[in-house]
Amino acid sequence: MDVDIARVEDAARELYIRALKILPDDIKQGFERLDRVETDAGGKRVLATMIRNIGVAEDTGNLLCQDTGIPIYNVTLGRNLRVDGVDLEAAIIRGCERATREHPLRSSVVHPITRKNRHTSTGRRVPVINVAFSERPDELVIEMIPKGSGSENNSWLKMAVPAEGVAAIERFVVDCVLDAGGKTCPPTIVGVGVGGSADLCVHLAKVAATRPLGSVCDDPEGAALERALSAAVNELGIGPQGLGGDATAFAVHIEIAATHITMNPVAVNMQCHSARRARAVLTPAGVTYGF
Amino acid sequence: MASDRSLTLGTPVTEAQVRALRVGDMVTLEGTLFGIRDATQIHMFDRGRRTRFDLAGHAVIHTAPNVRKVEPSPAYPAGYAPVCIGTTTSMRMERYTRPLMQDCGVRIIVGKGGLGAESLRAFGELGGVYLAIIGGVAALETTWIEAIEDVDLDDLNPESLWKFRIRGFGPLQVAMDSVGGSLYADVDARARSKRDAVLAKLGAR
Repeated sequence: MDVDIARVEDAARELYIRALKILPDDIKQGFERLDRVETDAGGKRVLATMIRNIGVAEDTGNLLCQDTGIPIYNVTLGRNLRVDGVDLEAAIIRGCERATREHPLRSSVVHPITRKNRHTSTGRRVPVINVAFSERPDELVIEMIPKGSGSENNSWLKMAVPAEGVAAIERFVVDCVLDAGGKTCPPTIVGVGVGGSADLCVHLAKVAATRPLGSVCDDPEGAALERALSAAVNELGIGPQGLGGDATAFAVHIEIAATHITMNPVAVNMQCHSARRARAVLTPAGVTYGF
Repeated sequence: MASDRSLTLGTPVTEAQVRALRVGDMVTLEGTLFGIRDATQIHMFDRGRRTRFDLAGHAVIHTAPNVRKVEPSPAYPAGYAPVCIGTTTSMRMERYTRPLMQDCGVRIIVGKGGLGAESLRAFGELGGVYLAIIGGVAALETTWIEAIEDVDLDDLNPESLWKFRIRGFGPLQVAMDSVGGSLYADVDARARSKRDAVLAKLGAR
């Protein structure tokens, strides 16, 4: 397939706006599940308001949350694609800028030292564009994640040592959830990276935090740990918005990478209850949108 | 002890009105609400910039809205139409609570995630409260905003100082009051008291 660059630009624009307005089905189901088991009256009231907001956003065509986030585009290139990578990157950036200008959206992106806002949602190295490859022929997948700062500001890395074992990972995750309290807009998806190098570990935490609810770590040890931690963090009583209750997290998600014999890294990145993402699949037949 | 009173407050409010509020009360605001954010307060309190707005007795919300620039008209007096107005995490702006109250006379802070011990002391000494709005429900919150009446310090856009006209803004929960009550401190203390038991259970698996 020859990748149509104009189509990529349109998709990058459309994805940003769709992600901000329509919550994925798995997150909606996650809300229903948390609401069913919430025992705290205040927590139930907060969850009900969050669920109501999802409907208001869809009925009024408005954004779910004011935070347009740091834009992230995850590009997966299948087999048999012909595309110029430089053109692909430029098209995604143009699509992101057009969404911001044409909707319009609040540009939440500034220079880190001057704090100047170009009002384009873009800047040096932003949007974040990650590239991966898949076996699927004639298919280009673009996932868009507007990552809100309330949750992103609660990100941590600990280079624990092997002697501390898996207990260091468990302790670190629980302490991060305690320190985040209500600041991350709980209920959250707690993303945990385990292993790798420092940068890979932090990246995996983000991958974990933005994985669909119901998905499971593909490493059996990681899957067992995410089950145990999912139950553990919801025993703390932080609750929706940190105002008390059972629903502190939809889930704890873990992503694993091999690491060095001397290392035991663990990173945490959280996704807020407005766990927004959108996906476009470009094939010779056209573009389809989903989550 | 948490109460469950529901009341409506028109802004500006008096010190007595604010001091009568207790954690757990549900408050709906009517009238005017001012929007402030990190950059707004950095410029006001660290760089000495002044606003022409009188914030005395007023409520402020931690926000930076999505807006559309339009021709000024009776419906859009500031030349901005609201697109999506929500709330940001308050804790980053903890150190500005006291100057907001002391220098500007603010009585009510609306935010999400709560403020810390220094803000709680300021609420007690100067007479103020923190009203918890639910973060991330901006589509709903936008329906409580009637208009963007005015804007100041707009070179900081979107972190300008916004003046919103509101109708039925809430219900919001009093989460920090002027007699030392903080729902966030209570929840945090309870959660930390469970930490060791939760970790022991994880270790035993």
